[in-house]
Amino acid sequence: MKIYGVAILAGCFLVGHVLGDQLGKSLGMSGNLGGVGFAMLILILFNDYFKKKGILKPETESGMLFWSTMYIPVVVAMSASQNVKAAMSGGWVALLVGIFATVVCFATVPLIISYVKNKAQQ
Amino acid sequence: MKDLAGILDKNGLVFAFLFVGVVMYLSYIISKKLTNHKIPGAAIAISVGLLLAYFGGGEKGLASVPAFSGLAILGGSMMRDFAIVATAMGASFSEIKKTGLVGIFCLLIGTVIAFVIGGSIGYAMGYTDAKSFATIGGGACTFIVGPITGGAVGASSEVIAISIAIGVIKSVIVTISTPFLAKRLGVCDPQSAMIFGGVVGSTSGVSAGLAATDIKLVPYGALTATFHTAMGCLLCPSILYFIVNKIIGA
Repeated sequence: MKIYGVAILAGCFLVGHVLGDQLGKSLGMSGNLGGVGFAMLILILFNDYFKKKGILKPETESGMLFWSTMYIPVVVAMSASQNVKAAMSGGWVALLVGIFATVVCFATVPLIISYVKNKAQQ
Repeated sequence: MKDLAGILDKNGLVFAFLFVGVVMYLSYIISKKLTNHKIPGAAIAISVGLLLAYFGGGEKGLASVPAFSGLAILGGSMMRDFAIVATAMGASFSEIKKTGLVGIFCLLIGTVIAFVIGGSIGYAMGYTDAKSFATIGGGACTFIVGPITGGAVGASSEVIAISIAIGVIKSVIVTISTPFLAKRLGVCDPQSAMIFGGVVGSTSGVSAGLAATDIKLVPYGALTATFHTAMGCLLCPSILYFIVNKIIGA
């Protein structure tokens, strides 16, 4: 049943959040630190293990896949409910950071590629 | 008219499904007809969302209007985190192992570079507290990492909106420029596509850009790009925020 998939997803989500919360507390900060990332890692490991064993049924999986396809719509709703008027006062920040971060990331790519290729040849 | 607004307000979440569905539909038509898929439909839809939030106006963007209040539920932190965790479905651990240490190294480098550059520019332009630094730095990773970081560390809605805008701008630049730059950057085989996706990170931008470059490279770039978001969500609100917090204080 699809709900099994949704339930597994919810379980990973909550365990991840508990871990993130504990990490936050142990570092003496309020808030959830990396809970979403933990949840993703748990889900990946979980899927990998149960797919190999053949326990995860396609029907169960489709319950999770539905939510993964909902991520762009959810992000659209999220952007529509942000305080954009206030952000526009910082519009230049968004543009500058967006451009600079992308350019530097792009510039790093060939360095790593050539490093890897050189190492492979040795 | 008042009756209708009342019904929409009462059934906010359901109306939000309809509303977002229509926005997505129109955005994908615009992407196809006007830009020939050069700008991904997702990027247009997100930009439309930001525009509507600007003109609809208040603290909660368009969701400040009662009939549209459901947008704040659908786009709230709970649903957002839930859907994003679900995207990890697309990645498999054995595939990551194949990329090996290089892949992980790329993810780390990409995240740290984007975080430091984003946060520093924000700092230079007046967003000098650790929460804003981390959120803007997260936005420079992807438009997902920014709001997740902002939500976790408790940044203002204003800074979170900036971080989304940064991620969207990055996604648009990557999509448009990848087909022109791929060869010069040395992106020509699966391994280099994985490096590209891991360092640059914007999943929609990388997959759309690689699709326009060489369709065979898409899954490889998209795989590491997906992990870039996971890595960002893991590092930005935790270790990186912790370090920034130590250096510049709360």
